[in-house]
Amino acid sequence: MTRKQLITKGFIKDNPTFVLILGMCPTLATTTSAINGLSMGLATLFVLVLSNMAISAIAPVVPDKVHIPVYIVVIATFVTLLQLLMQAFTPGIYATLGLFIPLIVVNCIVLGRAEAFANKNGIIDSACDGLGVGLGFTLSLTVLGIVREILGSGSVFGWKFITGDGMLAFVMAPGAFLCLGYLMVLFNKIASKNKGA
Amino acid sequence: MSRLLVSPSPHIHAKESTASLMRDVVIALIPAVLVSVVFYGWKELLVLAVSVLSCLVLEYVITRYMMKKENNTLCDFSAAVTGILLALNLPYTTPWWVVFIGAAVAIGVGKMTFGGLGQNVFNPALVGRVFLLVSYPTYMTHWEAPQSLFGVDAVSGPTPLGIIKEGLLQGNTVPQLMADNGLNYGQMLFASVGGSAGEISAIALLIGFVYLLVKKVIRPHITLSIWATVAVVSLIFWLCAPDRFTDPLFNLLTGGMILGSCFMATDYVTSPMSVKGGIIFGIGIGFITMMIRYFGSYPEGMSFAILIMNATVPLLNMWFHQKKYGRA
Repeated sequence: MTRKQLITKGFIKDNPTFVLILGMCPTLATTTSAINGLSMGLATLFVLVLSNMAISAIAPVVPDKVHIPVYIVVIATFVTLLQLLMQAFTPGIYATLGLFIPLIVVNCIVLGRAEAFANKNGIIDSACDGLGVGLGFTLSLTVLGIVREILGSGSVFGWKFITGDGMLAFVMAPGAFLCLGYLMVLFNKIASKNKGA
Repeated sequence: MSRLLVSPSPHIHAKESTASLMRDVVIALIPAVLVSVVFYGWKELLVLAVSVLSCLVLEYVITRYMMKKENNTLCDFSAAVTGILLALNLPYTTPWWVVFIGAAVAIGVGKMTFGGLGQNVFNPALVGRVFLLVSYPTYMTHWEAPQSLFGVDAVSGPTPLGIIKEGLLQGNTVPQLMADNGLNYGQMLFASVGGSAGEISAIALLIGFVYLLVKKVIRPHITLSIWATVAVVSLIFWLCAPDRFTDPLFNLLTGGMILGSCFMATDYVTSPMSVKGGIIFGIGIGFITMMIRYFGSYPEGMSFAILIMNATVPLLNMWFHQKKYGRA
């Protein structure tokens, strides 16, 4: 797989949310609006790229028996870094996302890429892989956030185009599941079409 | 029906079809529709018309252009039944576009996503209603004095269940609330308590139910087990604390109890196939409804209870499958 393929595979073919169905908890919980989805995606992207690079660098010297605790410590370090940075520079978004920032530590996409890719590949390749998966995750969260915001609040990125309320259900949990389901159908349809061609 | 049904022998040929059964359900709903139109006037008629028309149109558009099926399912009346039931579940003041959204969710999400009639897990009309209840609480719990067609003396306010829920939160007792608001059982049985169209007249709905039983369109076990569970559960609570809990008769006559237990819980597609399964299904609905009414934050829990129990139907069908003929 070339580096370009590593970066682009996350959009459709190996989209972590809609095709691989990983990281459902932040996906469902933080996509109440487009801006929330986008920030959550970018936060995860940041951790993914850095932890992938660090893990690919230290993987040869980590004993096999303790590799998972070591990876978690590495990931947690970057999440703490991110948390402090967000608290300092984007306090508004930090307050909205709340608990879901520290929870990136246990996001299965991050540990999954460390286990499946970073510990067997070079630093640059791992960075590309992290970037690709992270961009795919950001894309899906933003799309989900946009759809839910349009239907639920009648606005896009905070710009309101209807008066009054939208369909409140889409801002709440049931709407998250509904939108996720229909977007999965759409993405899998696109993915299967690309495969056929 | 185009689907091949596989069941253990013996098989008998019957002249019933989906269309004839659904037509009977429409006929059975006529008294309730008439009562609601008489009490609530042309606005109710508008809600009914929008609901039924949008269900029919959406069903046609989705089967024809999205599922690309040639044989259309419009003639089997099932979309019309969904439309009528949805309309009976809404306040007559609901704006037409909210009704349309409800119909779109009912047919699009509740029915067609699963593959159309016979494949849906949840009752489509209730999916639409609960979606609207969560999305537009202001429209869905807004009751206005009715503008009736023939000057029938109708008084409308909040639903009896809503009055009790609010009153209890403010520290009043049940008997005091019933007396203060002039709630009596005769009124609930015949008409003229506030509520959505399908809540106002228990008698009109029961006439339809009896019609369905006589025509053998449905069997009574699900409905009866819901009623029995509601009666037993509310009797226990009411005997323990009559100030805090409403009595069995009140719970059987108010809210969506009659409409839900007679017409929604007994839907063929979303109820268990065996009698035993149906009884368990009914007990579950009755119990969950009472728990929501007594302890939940919503005043009424019938639609939630039916949807929750709909989800257990595949399991109930597995546990209580039909015995093979000739085997113990």
